[in-house]
Amino acid sequence: MTEQSNNPPQQLVTFTTGEYSFGIDVLEVQEVLKHQQMTFVPLAPEEVRGLINLRGHIVTAIGMRERLNLMNCSDETEEMNLIVSLRDGAASLVVDAVGDVITLDPSRYKPRPRALKAPLKEMVLGVYESETGLLLHIAPEVVCKVCEEEKRG
Amino acid sequence: MGEQDGLLNDFLIETKEGLDHLDAELLSLESSPEDRDLINSIFRRLHTIKGVCGFLDFHKLESVTHAGETLLGELRSETLKVDDKIITLLLKLCDAIRTIVSSIEETKKEGDACFKELVAELLAAAEAPKNASESKELSLDEQFELLLAQREAEEALKEATKVAPEALPSREPDTAPNSESQSPIALQSEPQELTQSRPGGTETSLRVDVQLLDHLMNLAGELVLARNQILQTTKGFQDVNFRAITQRLNLVTSELQEGVMKTRMQPINTVWSKFPRVVRDLSITCKKQVRLEMYGKETELDKTLIEAIKDPLTHIVRNSIDHGIEMPDARVANGKPAEGCITMRASQEGGYVIIEIVDDGAGLNTDKIRERALQRGLISRERAQSMSEVDIHRLIFAPGFSTADTITNLSGRGVGMDVVKSSVEKIGGHVDIASRAGQGSTIRLKIPLTLAIIPALLLSCSGQRFAVPQSTITELVQIGTSEKVGSLSWIGDYPFYKLRGELLPLLFLEKQLKVAPQTSISDENRVIVVIDVDGSKFGVVVDEVHDTEEIVVKPLGRQLGGLSIYAGATILGDGQIALIIDPVILGREANIEHQETLISKPVANSGGMTAIETEQLLVVQVTSDIRAAIPLSNVRRLEEFPLHDIERVASTAVIQYRGSILQLVDVAACIGSPGENWTGGHVVVVGHGGSVVGLQVQAILDVTQELTAVKPVQGKAGINSYGVIQGKVIALLDVEYLIKQGAAGIGQFHGEESAAL
Repeated sequence: MTEQSNNPPQQLVTFTTGEYSFGIDVLEVQEVLKHQQMTFVPLAPEEVRGLINLRGHIVTAIGMRERLNLMNCSDETEEMNLIVSLRDGAASLVVDAVGDVITLDPSRYKPRPRALKAPLKEMVLGVYESETGLLLHIAPEVVCKVCEEEKRG
Repeated sequence: MGEQDGLLNDFLIETKEGLDHLDAELLSLESSPEDRDLINSIFRRLHTIKGVCGFLDFHKLESVTHAGETLLGELRSETLKVDDKIITLLLKLCDAIRTIVSSIEETKKEGDACFKELVAELLAAAEAPKNASESKELSLDEQFELLLAQREAEEALKEATKVAPEALPSREPDTAPNSESQSPIALQSEPQELTQSRPGGTETSLRVDVQLLDHLMNLAGELVLARNQILQTTKGFQDVNFRAITQRLNLVTSELQEGVMKTRMQPINTVWSKFPRVVRDLSITCKKQVRLEMYGKETELDKTLIEAIKDPLTHIVRNSIDHGIEMPDARVANGKPAEGCITMRASQEGGYVIIEIVDDGAGLNTDKIRERALQRGLISRERAQSMSEVDIHRLIFAPGFSTADTITNLSGRGVGMDVVKSSVEKIGGHVDIASRAGQGSTIRLKIPLTLAIIPALLLSCSGQRFAVPQSTITELVQIGTSEKVGSLSWIGDYPFYKLRGELLPLLFLEKQLKVAPQTSISDENRVIVVIDVDGSKFGVVVDEVHDTEEIVVKPLGRQLGGLSIYAGATILGDGQIALIIDPVILGREANIEHQETLISKPVANSGGMTAIETEQLLVVQVTSDIRAAIPLSNVRRLEEFPLHDIERVASTAVIQYRGSILQLVDVAACIGSPGENWTGGHVVVVGHGGSVVGLQVQAILDVTQELTAVKPVQGKAGINSYGVIQGKVIALLDVEYLIKQGAAGIGQFHGEESAAL
């Protein structure tokens, strides 16, 4: 067991957006939903897809594709909502597909490579070598936070 | 140790409440120094504090309160008379206690502040009469009686602080024992465990954590939503039983919601109670005489709102004393009583609480405000000329505004009324001012009763539903085609709606929200939502309006924090989300103020022409290469007529207009450049000396005052002079001449001004 600056999570929820594969700590994921009806928010930053009514709570949905400056998905109804819990409430990440929950082997978890460019640079906490390929472990808090800063700028 | 902490907490809460009451009582004592009940009540409050701090080992606090108690003892035994000095001293004592208590609250220690001087002063004041007359010993009977009285008093006090904040500071003397025969000596050896005794079993109120109430409030809100959804889904159901159940649910939910809301209500007096003290201190600092009157103390408001208006109110009251009320000699010179009066009034009006702060001071100095606003660059010179007195008064709410010549420690630092305005607006309220020179000013706050659930109008724009708080909506108008109600018109690029003879600035919601307009709905079928924010009116054009609904305001996530145009979102009866639009921000973002300046000079005074240099001018395009300007004071209306409505009577163009016949004048022909086809249908209706004609122009461009390089023209019919506006040469039209031209055409038809308008 090698001690790292930030301990790798024990389990990751995997999902894909474009050609990227991501993982989020399972403890930060609240639930996974299929495509939801959304209320569009005029004037909002581009990455805000809209608002979802999550059993009486209003949750902001953030498009992962927009966040990563990727082309829009051809069929939005195929997309999934990954509801993540943040410090002050929940948010939804709209992703192409949600994969599985995998248990990590800590020895295959590497800290964030230096060479990453924005916007990935801030989001990625570490990289995990899974059987199928590289998984980027990202922090949902950052995915949503940067939005806000961009808005201010 | 835990018990000690709990005790400490209780002590802090009770002491703080006690201090507020103490302030109020001391001030009423000042006005009625003979009131024995008051002296007794003040004494008991101090005594309670002293008792507990002896128990909790706060020596500094104990010595201060002890000194105060000694002084009060003298007052109680009537060896000393209440005077201003003593009141000031006692108020200082309150401040000292407050300082120590807040230090205890933060650090659990009494802090480093030294109050020895104050103690000495208090004791010296108490000693003064003793030197003259010797204190008498108490008999055993008297001591016993005193003890009993004390115990009774403690319990009364406990009750009073228990039911706070409902308890008003003036309500405790009714249980006060008759203590005429008490003397100061025995009081110092009071047994202290008395203060720890608690009345058993009879408590009818209890302290509840505000967070718990907030949570209940949220749950009640959720229940309301669920109820709305159930009612909507079951509308078509036939089952009688089921319908009965839903009705029951409906009723209970409403009652529950109301009940939960009530738990959060507090009388406005919880903030007002500190104002007598504020007024007293300030009037002494400013060397003014001010009386404070308060009406409607029992008016109730949501707790969070009460807290939110605390600072704005303080600021307004400070301003009223510092700027509003004059010095006593100036007041007398103006035939007013030397003592100024500030009246605070609260009342409920619909879903709002109205708070008025009225002073009978000098009122606002309109010229000074205008000058200062110009100096600070808040308004342009031409705007300053055209603004009404009321609008100028409202400038005191502009950021960075202050008229105080010298900056005092009270007010005048230029942060103030704008902060008042913004903090009141933040809670969905409005603030306005009315002032008359020499008679005083009234500041009026309109605060919603509660924030969580508001009535709102649902409307749709570009296929999406939005909610607008109903409180700001004054009426709904369908654009329609009927001239009787009103019509759409443009000045330059800005849309206006003529509503009952007044120009209403318009904005299109889809343009503001930058969404695609719904093409399937024609303009005539769209609806104008007329919004009134702080007396400035504007219309919002939307596709459709639906219904009004009680909505639960839910905050938007952090990700949308930058969008202040939305006050939140709500879940509608069908489970869909609607964004709540904040009309104040909407108007601000659309720069509706600029649009208002275009019509800010109502064309009411049809009197003679004023100096043309300072006058507002309407700039029009006469032909493709000639621009002209018309004094706005002559302009009655701006119209756009379909060309086929124009008729000809003996080579003169006329049009049926508002039940009369309007003579049209071809401006281009009059000033000697005919030949171009008049295609636009734009008509400027001008009037002078009782006659009205319509001037045919190609387009209406702007309203401006910036006329430079004026050069008079001789011998050119219809043109007074040339000038330069926005870098282009324009011709200033001679309206009188043009009207005469029109009248000469068909004299018998020229409409009477009064009939046509």
